[in-house]
Amino acid sequence: MVRGLSDRIFDIFLYAILTAVALLSVIPMVYVVSISLTPYTEVLKNGGFILFPKSITFEAYRQLFSNNQIPRALFVTIFITVVGTAINIILTVLMAYPLSRKKLRGRSIFLMVIVFTMLFSGGLIPTYLVVKATGMTNTLWAMIVPSAIWTFNVLILKSFYESLPEDLFESARIDGAGEWRVLAGIVLPLSVPAMLTVGLFYTVGHWNDFFQAILYITNTDLHPLQVLVRNLLLESQNMNNQSDVILPTVTLQMAAVVSASLPILAVYPFIQKHFTKGVLVGAIKG
Amino acid sequence: MIPRFLLYEESFFYRFLLILCYKMHSFVNALPFVKTLRYINREKRWEGSAAMDSKTIKGTALWNDVWKMRALYLMLTPGLLWYIIYKYVPMIGLVIAFKDYNIVEGVAASPWADPWHKYFTQFFHSPYFSQLLTNTLLISFYKLIFGIAPPIVLAILIHECRSLVMKKWVQTLSFMPHFLSWVIIYGIVIAFFSETSGVVNRFIVENGSKAIPFLTSTDWFRSVLVASDVWQNLGWGAIIYLAAISSIDPSLYEACRVDGGGRFRMIWNITLPGIRSVIVLMFILKVGHILDAGFEQIYIMYNIQVYEVADIIDTWVYRTGLQQMNFSLASAVGLFKSLFGLVLVLVSNSLAKKWGESIW
Repeated sequence: MVRGLSDRIFDIFLYAILTAVALLSVIPMVYVVSISLTPYTEVLKNGGFILFPKSITFEAYRQLFSNNQIPRALFVTIFITVVGTAINIILTVLMAYPLSRKKLRGRSIFLMVIVFTMLFSGGLIPTYLVVKATGMTNTLWAMIVPSAIWTFNVLILKSFYESLPEDLFESARIDGAGEWRVLAGIVLPLSVPAMLTVGLFYTVGHWNDFFQAILYITNTDLHPLQVLVRNLLLESQNMNNQSDVILPTVTLQMAAVVSASLPILAVYPFIQKHFTKGVLVGAIKG
Repeated sequence: MIPRFLLYEESFFYRFLLILCYKMHSFVNALPFVKTLRYINREKRWEGSAAMDSKTIKGTALWNDVWKMRALYLMLTPGLLWYIIYKYVPMIGLVIAFKDYNIVEGVAASPWADPWHKYFTQFFHSPYFSQLLTNTLLISFYKLIFGIAPPIVLAILIHECRSLVMKKWVQTLSFMPHFLSWVIIYGIVIAFFSETSGVVNRFIVENGSKAIPFLTSTDWFRSVLVASDVWQNLGWGAIIYLAAISSIDPSLYEACRVDGGGRFRMIWNITLPGIRSVIVLMFILKVGHILDAGFEQIYIMYNIQVYEVADIIDTWVYRTGLQQMNFSLASAVGLFKSLFGLVLVLVSNSLAKKWGESIW
């Protein structure tokens, strides 16, 4: 293919901008990681900006995990993420599958009932009162049950199930399989990619959940990692370095930030493949 | 986590996710299997059709249908119960906006507010009403204006990029911020913009100027909010446009190339018109949610010095209701916001539909 000069200049700009965007997206996080690993004296020596530290110390992490606060918060976060996502997926599938069956009587009414909740909600205070009335405030369930179903995810799964060929279901039914059997034996195995997408949304939602925790939980022992990290970040905004603290607060803070984001960042590349694959297939086609 | 404007069936994100799911292999692998089943099925239907002619009374038919599908209703039960308890009971609970609610007596026993609109008038006449509304609308407006172009540009650039490796990397990296929580982003913001330890301020001080209190100054705080929001959604927002671009007929590009059109020409005459309707759609849907200025983000990042420019309806409701225990007033304001929001969403959705129809 013959390529003109303007075409080549365009390409140069294109690559430059795309590289800039990619760097802009990761450098902040890389910087945070490197502060958390660098001895503070070296940070100061380099004018504060270090992307690849020369010497590494895990002192901040050691100190962070030396008291039981952070490990406990980590446990809380892991618990609500694992149990919460499991409950989410079960309830979402049980909602989405019947709604995907066009022959279900009352289907449109059920659909309206759930879609309306996306348009209008009781709001913060009444929801809080309901959670309180159901006895969940100050328990871990307060971070799981009130967000047990995201309507958006129900709709994603529902549409995916609808896209499966109807014949599949009919033939299974003629063979004498009940609805539960059809769901477990045919629908679920066929909908792995959709389930992964929805599962990712739920998992990230739980891991990053901050608001439900401060809304429903006053007992600081039950606070998840996100809340603890935010408190840590606030603390040193108001306080200057105390003499008995060996490490400067920034290093500690950034170590906390990294600890709270690492699991998501570690899992991300694997799940992200599924997103990019879809996008790329589309892009190649175009 | 997902912005609410993406939540509707019309939204392209939604359609895109479906396309995405389709593309994944397991469905394709299942296709030969499906064909066999379809064949078997046709045979069986043929045999059974004679029996289908018998008449049934309508009422019995309904009951028969319901009974036949009882397993499906059983599956729906837990979910529907959840919707009733955690979504619909709170809507009924909104009556406390019209009551002098106190915790001891409970919702039912609390007396009705004297003029029923007591808490609404109290809010509308209070000095913070205009401040809250201004902040909410301004922050949303800035996010909308500054947030709309970058994802479009990024999507076009990714589409124009010829190197597949580069495409993949840019997408992988630029989606990443979307998965970071606001607490983490706040940490990043502190690392860069904190008055004492932020790297930007250290740079400013070293060059002999005074440190800028980005996070505590009323002049800068909104910019921080908008910038971090744009940063987080840059890559993720591009997904929708990428999906839209990929659905443009490739023969259009071919024709343009034959006519000797350059790449700028193609972008201007094919890509942009091709995704124009999506751009309009996204814009309208975002306008529908203009009252959601980003509760969690602002709550995590703001502090008392910047309440004046950052306090939005949601944060105010939270503080008034749950920290000062003024449940009725907070519910009244919440109801005002929900109703206003409902109208906006309905109007914008119907607009989007109209636009969608006239363009497609």
